[in-house]
Amino acid sequence: MNSMEKRTIAAVLAFSIVAVFFFFSIFLIHPFGDLGQVQMDNHIIANTQNETGTNNGVTAVVFDYRGFDTLGEATILFSAVAGVIMIFRRVKE
Amino acid sequence: MIEFIPFIAVVVMVFIGLYAVMFRRNLIKIVIGITIIESGINLFLITLGYREGGVAPIYTGLPPGTAYPEQMVLPVPQALTLTSIVIGVAVLALMLSLVMHIYRKYGTLDVRKIRRLKE
Amino acid sequence: MTEMTKIVKTIANILFPFTVLFGLYIIAHGHLTPGGGFQGGAVVASGCALLLVAYSSRWVFKRIKEKRLATFESIGAIGFITVALLGLVFSMVFFGNFLAGSNLLFGTTPATGSTLADFNTGGVLPLMNFAVGVKVIAGLFVIVLVMAYASSVKEWGQ
Repeated sequence: MNSMEKRTIAAVLAFSIVAVFFFFSIFLIHPFGDLGQVQMDNHIIANTQNETGTNNGVTAVVFDYRGFDTLGEATILFSAVAGVIMIFRRVKE
Repeated sequence: MIEFIPFIAVVVMVFIGLYAVMFRRNLIKIVIGITIIESGINLFLITLGYREGGVAPIYTGLPPGTAYPEQMVLPVPQALTLTSIVIGVAVLALMLSLVMHIYRKYGTLDVRKIRRLKE
Repeated sequence: MTEMTKIVKTIANILFPFTVLFGLYIIAHGHLTPGGGFQGGAVVASGCALLLVAYSSRWVFKRIKEKRLATFESIGAIGFITVALLGLVFSMVFFGNFLAGSNLLFGTTPATGSTLADFNTGGVLPLMNFAVGVKVIAGLFVIVLVMAYASSVKEWGQ
């Protein structure tokens, strides 16, 4: 079982190197709750009610300020349903 | 150190999922590991947009007296997380359909045995 | 899958309309409270999955073929694209909000600051919420139905 043990040792080594890199890069993100300059979100929160006409900031961002991303997400949902139906097409009896 | 605890939780979740993908033999456990990695990344996206002592960015029934651009949580990372959750559901549905087909053809769910059968 | 006993069927009969009503409420008030199309669609789809577990998947599949549900989902997708293209026609921008601030269907603008909920606001957003909600209901129901039916057939023929 020489190749099996070599493979396990290589996997554990790769796992631990990635773990060390991930752990030391946490401390470079901004601290939790202490944002810096956020000009786009301040503009969105301040001008939602007179530009969009809704009270909900998250729905305005999903469907109005970033509606193109929602179009891509609807396409992904449609293609997933098409793929599942196509995989199980031979089962009908 | 106390103010980095949600990010440490994200790293722990990603590593539990990565351990399940690399070191387990059952196909269903590998699929569950991929789902855990996706949940960790959704948590990371939400905790990037938190403001200290903030409320939700909704104007209906806001507690009176809150200064609104300075005390609301950012809405854009929440929109990106919604898209990411739907993509996770789509990928999980396709993965489980393929696992069902593999089980019908080979009769087993062990990854090392599926590789060795040549028909 | 096999069907459940009469107690489970009775409780599922009682709980199903409440779940669908709650999900439709979350879809319809997406521009006022937290919620919207995707969240409400997931709630209604889980109510339909309750119906699929209580009665067996063969019973549901005999009454609802998946072709009808796929047509239902396509109607939701076409509605979403139509509203986006109408924004291009009426206000020169793709996904433009041409109903906000005008005197048509969902046109009034709310007062700034903390207000009470007015259903008549929102512009083009409630129409998009309905279209995406229909799409998500049909899509998730089809996925669960096809996978449950395929795992109850003994052998998959050619």
